[in-house]
Amino acid sequence: MRLTPGQTLASIAVMAIVTFLTRAAPFLLFDRGGEPPKVVLYLGRVLPPAIIAMLIVYCLRGVSFASPAGWIPAAVSCAVVVALHLWKGNDLLSIFGGTVLYMVLVQAVFG
Amino acid sequence: MDTMEWIILNRRTLAAAFPVTIPVLMGYLAIGMAFGLMLQSAGWGVGWAFLMSLTMYAGSGQYLGVSLLATGASLPQAAFLTLMINFRHLVYGLSMLEKFRGMGKRKLYMIFSLTDETYALLSSVKVPEGVEERDYYFCIAMLDQSYWIAGSVLGSLLGSALGFDTTGVDFAMTALFFVIAVGQWRAAGSHLPALLGGAATLISLLLVGAEDMLLPALGVIVIALVLLRPRLDKTGQEVPQ
Repeated sequence: MRLTPGQTLASIAVMAIVTFLTRAAPFLLFDRGGEPPKVVLYLGRVLPPAIIAMLIVYCLRGVSFASPAGWIPAAVSCAVVVALHLWKGNDLLSIFGGTVLYMVLVQAVFG
Repeated sequence: MDTMEWIILNRRTLAAAFPVTIPVLMGYLAIGMAFGLMLQSAGWGVGWAFLMSLTMYAGSGQYLGVSLLATGASLPQAAFLTLMINFRHLVYGLSMLEKFRGMGKRKLYMIFSLTDETYALLSSVKVPEGVEERDYYFCIAMLDQSYWIAGSVLGSLLGSALGFDTTGVDFAMTALFFVIAVGQWRAAGSHLPALLGGAATLISLLLVGAEDMLLPALGVIVIALVLLRPRLDKTGQEVPQ
């Protein structure tokens, strides 16, 4: 289902407000010198890697093993992103190298 | 005062701030363009790209936003996922409490614009001589967001003008998350949170399906991490990316 412009606007407003609130929370809660609860600091440390792993799986939810075209482009491109990043450590190179490769694979090779 | 007047009054500070923001300029133009392209290929044009970059101003948040719009996610779903992906900002804010003190009205903008990259710059830069510290931070934050907006608008315009086949451009989001994950993996004291996050989501995908997989996965992740605290809280005091 396609969102209407009004629904799109509402979604963007919600995402913008929540983004601002997460950035503002420490200032609202602790700017007067209070100590953050230990469990919040702990989650602030361990949650990000878990969330990123979750989002990677989410991004790859469309992968299908029914045919080679359903999984080879994603598998190869993910491996290339990780390998490039371990090798050069350059964010842009890794992201663009992987994306261009993926686009070529889905459009020209398996298209 | 209007924008031109502000620029003229602050040109010395802007000139001092510009060089340190060049890496962010390159990065934001590129990642912003990929965002504009992605949003364009999902069916939302340049005005929407501009609006999102102006009001949200969050790299991974906006990438996820494209996907939330494209799948027609409900508002509570959008709110919850945005909260989760931004959780790391809590840590950023904590280390900026001191720096932003006494910035008056500009403090609101500094908080709004505290992205990963601006955080990294603000926590590492040395204020040059003859430049007021607060003005310097403010200029860095403003320059960074202007690059981001320019990149996303440019990407959207290129996508519609060139009309080339953008199939697969959404892989930029997957690639971005892999890049972040590699950095986190290297810095982490324990890999358990990352493995747990991946495993819980995969199980959720298999049990619940692609439509509603994220909320159950998130619930399990948070509960499991709280339960694992006695074990994980001792290992590694690393700062997440």
